[in-house]
Amino acid sequence: MIINHPLLGPRDAQEFVYLGDASLIDRPDAMAETALNDFHDYLYLRDNPAGSHQELWFHEQGDRSWLVVTRDTASHEITHVELAVDYAKRRGRDR
Amino acid sequence: MRYSALRVLLEGLRRNTGWKPVWRDPAPQPEYDYVIVGGGGHGLATAHYLAKVYKKAWIAVLEKGWIGGGNVGRNTTIIRSNYLLDGNEPLYEFALKLWEGLEQDLNYNAMVSQRGILNLCHSDAQRDAFRRRGNAMILNDADAELLDQEQVRDMVPFLDFENARFPIKGGLLQRRGGTVRHDAVAWGYARSADSHGVDIIQNCEVTGFKIEKGTIKGVETNRGYIGANKVGVSVAGSSSRVMAMAGLRLPIESHVLQAFVSEGLKPIIPGVITFGAGHFYISQSDKGGLVFGGDIDGYNSYAQRGNLPVVEDVLEGGMALMPMIGRARLLRMWGGLMDMSMDGSPFIDKTPIEGLYFNGGWCYGGFKATPASGYVFAHLLATDTPHETATQLRLDRFLTGAMIDEKGAGAQPNLH
Repeated sequence: MIINHPLLGPRDAQEFVYLGDASLIDRPDAMAETALNDFHDYLYLRDNPAGSHQELWFHEQGDRSWLVVTRDTASHEITHVELAVDYAKRRGRDR
Repeated sequence: MRYSALRVLLEGLRRNTGWKPVWRDPAPQPEYDYVIVGGGGHGLATAHYLAKVYKKAWIAVLEKGWIGGGNVGRNTTIIRSNYLLDGNEPLYEFALKLWEGLEQDLNYNAMVSQRGILNLCHSDAQRDAFRRRGNAMILNDADAELLDQEQVRDMVPFLDFENARFPIKGGLLQRRGGTVRHDAVAWGYARSADSHGVDIIQNCEVTGFKIEKGTIKGVETNRGYIGANKVGVSVAGSSSRVMAMAGLRLPIESHVLQAFVSEGLKPIIPGVITFGAGHFYISQSDKGGLVFGGDIDGYNSYAQRGNLPVVEDVLEGGMALMPMIGRARLLRMWGGLMDMSMDGSPFIDKTPIEGLYFNGGWCYGGFKATPASGYVFAHLLATDTPHETATQLRLDRFLTGAMIDEKGAGAQPNLH
């Protein structure tokens, strides 16, 4: 698989480490009443779709940036790549 | 029809005209007591034990394709019970004991071959870990032997013992481990289940669950609605997709594991050899092909095929361990879907929906567990209590903190 890095251009997926579903960016509120269940769901449960999947890849052997890659899990086709920081900011996080 | 040497002889004299199809092709009934979703090894085994051991009737197995066409047809056929933790080891040892009597139980030749499995170690720390694991196995009535370098050399002299990075210092041997003809497992269970009255319905894809007031009523399929008192889902690889139809999210990611077969060679590999440090394991099939594999690719996938970096990694591991296989030609390679769970261990449990039961999360180790998985799932379906060897395989174990994490890798499915 070739990941089209937004800063570095097309890079082999071997340079990256895979973390998993990009929903890991959306950390629950630890102070909420439901925090125990929220963190269980956040840490352990996954949608695990067969199809389009947004996921976190870390460019360990490159510029060490985190990317959010949109990839089809049924065909391995990558349709979109962006910096995780841009993705997170768009979702209301400050970094 | 019972199989025996006499039967083979008689049929030979009759020019083999008397053999019949070994399972029926029934149309689905409007309602069953038990519906098993998934006609793989685990689902068919569940139906077999449910009918034969737990004496239940009105059982159907629904399979979206053909039976045995999923992971039971795509694995590397190894059986073993070399686990460490209390939540796992009793189940896998139960499975190994069932394998030992499987062919008599099913009256079907599954080619169970206890040729031994050898895990290689390369350091003092790894040997200590193997000693501990071996002791845990023995405490659970399994067999284990810790071999020193000389004993390993006597057994498998062709390995590269002086590898600079991973010199072989010894190994953990389970003599009762080995291999089984995987397709025959599916066929044997199917034949037996059918003979006990189970309807095996192929080309019947479950498209939804009918749930009323938190209780299962039946399943929607592409061949119409089928009512059911209890539904057991046994579709490892696609668990998340099927259970999502019941509104459940699972602690599972689907990953791809690749496997390889070489051209047929004369017998050279005596049993199963695993080189964990190099992500490589190998055995030799009865046809002579070297059957080997390594790690999962490491990213979510439903593609049933992997990518070349892992192919390279596996083959490098093989060349580092046994340079002699370098000139063997690769015949086939393929990928299978793994339910990778959050702690590397499976689930056999009730769900929050009354009457809906779940069996999955087998990671890359489902095949060896097939008989026990079916047995204990049948026990759960029939009695509503977990079998004594499967009390910890619960879906809520991440909430209660009772994980069964053999590797200690944490909630990172691609590291198990």
